[in-house]
Amino acid sequence: MSRGALSRALGGLLLVLAAGPAPADVIQIRMEKLGFAPAEVSAHVGDTIEWVNVDFVAHTATARDGAWDVLIPAKATKSIVLKAEGVVDYYCKFHPNMTGRVAVTK
Amino acid sequence: MVSVKLAAALAALLLAPGVASAQSPKPTDPQIAHIAYTAGQLDIAAAHLALQKSKNKDVVAFATDMERDHKAVNEQALALVKKLNVTPEDNDTSKALTKQAAEKRAELAKLSGAAFDKAYIDNEVAYHKTVNGALQNTLIPSATNPELKDLLTTGLKIFQGHEQHAEHVAAEFK
Repeated sequence: MSRGALSRALGGLLLVLAAGPAPADVIQIRMEKLGFAPAEVSAHVGDTIEWVNVDFVAHTATARDGAWDVLIPAKATKSIVLKAEGVVDYYCKFHPNMTGRVAVTK
Repeated sequence: MVSVKLAAALAALLLAPGVASAQSPKPTDPQIAHIAYTAGQLDIAAAHLALQKSKNKDVVAFATDMERDHKAVNEQALALVKKLNVTPEDNDTSKALTKQAAEKRAELAKLSGAAFDKAYIDNEVAYHKTVNGALQNTLIPSATNPELKDLLTTGLKIFQGHEQHAEHVAAEFK
């Protein structure tokens, strides 16, 4: 291996080490015309879910297992950080015809 | 059964208006706007009664939601009719809705405790079913202005949510 190739390989390794675990993502879900869009998302522990309510009525994102219960006023944005693995089904308490799902992996 | 009478009145006025009256076969946009706004105001009045009388936390939460959502929808409706320069027009359907709702409120006002809670929430289920049926089958298809149609369509989704929410609360009293 040439010195150039070695230093490139080392540089690549250092970059990987410096990056550490994948950075947390922010996953945006719109609440529009009484729907969650997208209705199903995949995420990792540590990611942020951000609900953007563009409707003129308030909504909630209420986990059926009680993991979280977020009130999102009309024209407002609220977020949570996902703390645990698992598939969470959620709905709006005010309009139970709105349903969504977040699948959280490590 | 006021809800049955209400459904019958709405059916007569909305589904076969040519038979029920000498009006044109379809409600006009100014009439549709009046009916939708009136239906919302009547549910707000019912919510106020529930907030005065009920101590059940689920009933109070539901009534609070009705007051907030119907107010929000009606604010949109007022802004839209102003923008479109449309004057909502009173009509037989709005009058029938108002009369039936006043009778129902008088009936509910005589009740208290769990009897009130059950009667209020059962009526909310029936009322939303009737109004949602009218929106879906008559008001939305009859609306000619696209912005009015769009607001009614969003309104219907909101009120279908209310219907489901009311059914969940009503299940407590079975």
